[in-house]
Amino acid sequence: MKPIKFILNDQPVEAHTNPSRRLLDVLRGDYGLTGSKEGCGEGECGACSVLLDGYAVNSCILPLASVEGRHVTTIEGYAKTQRFAVVKAAMGDEGGSQCGICTPGFMIAIESLLKKNPKPSEQEIRTGLAGNLCRCTGYNMIVKAVQKAAKVGEGLW
Amino acid sequence: MVRHVIPSSYREALVHLRDGSFHIVAGGTDIMLKYRNAADLPPRFERDVLYVLNLDELKYIHVEEGVWRIGALTAYETLLDHPEIPDVFKSAWIDIGGPGLRHVATLAGNIANASPAADGIMPLYLYDAQVVLESCAGSRTLPIDAVITGPKQTAIGPQEMIREIIVPKHDFDVATWVKVGTRKADAISKVSFCGAIKVESGVIKDLRLTLGSVAPTVIRARDLEATVKGITLTALEARLDALLDAYAARIRPIDDQRSTKHYRQQVARNLIEDFLKQQIRKG
Repeated sequence: MKPIKFILNDQPVEAHTNPSRRLLDVLRGDYGLTGSKEGCGEGECGACSVLLDGYAVNSCILPLASVEGRHVTTIEGYAKTQRFAVVKAAMGDEGGSQCGICTPGFMIAIESLLKKNPKPSEQEIRTGLAGNLCRCTGYNMIVKAVQKAAKVGEGLW
Repeated sequence: MVRHVIPSSYREALVHLRDGSFHIVAGGTDIMLKYRNAADLPPRFERDVLYVLNLDELKYIHVEEGVWRIGALTAYETLLDHPEIPDVFKSAWIDIGGPGLRHVATLAGNIANASPAADGIMPLYLYDAQVVLESCAGSRTLPIDAVITGPKQTAIGPQEMIREIIVPKHDFDVATWVKVGTRKADAISKVSFCGAIKVESGVIKDLRLTLGSVAPTVIRARDLEATVKGITLTALEARLDALLDAYAARIRPIDDQRSTKHYRQQVARNLIEDFLKQQIRKG
């Protein structure tokens, strides 16, 4: 079987495996990138979010074959960026991360949102994060963190 | 052993469809769940699989004289970001999953999946959208009602795939979308509704109603709509009960895990009544 070639966290890779496997399983099992979590396993909770060509997707329902030739960025790759540093600080300041299981997915969703809309309104933030569930914060703290990141990081997105 | 094929062009995809029997995976957000396996195991696909998500030649929104043409692999999120797509489409589409799902999920995928509860396809019935199906033998254009023939049933042939969706433009005075579901995180529709109207000097020029999740396919009763075209809103008010009874006869919901037949029947009637009364009040 032909390998699936894609760019993973800025490095070209060739995955020699069944192309129908869920991207999430390949990232965690084959590449040891365990920042992306399996929550619901059906595209509802967003814990498995990764960036596909810069925008969030649910890696628990995306077959590996669909990333052929494209850029996949996991939380581990995103963590090396200046934008990540800004969002991380804002999440810390506002209490947007508590137990932490949803946090990598939220970080990816926030990046995806700010890339498309660097100055989102509160409603736009809530719509942009609607695919991610958090059972600790009640969301308001995460919304505030996004507002802070957008302000502090103005010009980065 | 199931074969996995990633075509590098649309033409190549059609050739594979001519020569084999495939599951077509676009965004995959429905089919990956349908064939979901135990954790860390590949999905239990029953046929060979054709992965078409990255065929960029089918990702477009062409705004033309009188119509929009939407390429089959255009993601919902791209459609939502387009400035000229009418709000009634966007209000139905924004209820589909979250951005992560909508970055890959497609309108064409919702058509091919043919769920009677799919929110995304409802406005297509309202606007009389057409679907272009293509195979190596050629293409044909069918109205949306002729493509989806029943729950999980379509007229799409085994060698065909959806190339594009053609949506005619309309200048309705009002076009609305209402969804009745449970809590938002579990919100597959119990009943969904679209209504559109065009009124000139108190006379109904056009009236269209569609209902989702209350019959094997989305309902649009063109014969009933025809009975109110050309009459005044006042005349509509006088025959409102008769019209609602006529619609009730068309609504054939089922009991399932999301709701009951009785509930759906009543809610569907209420949604139609509410929409029509609002128009009458405005008139």
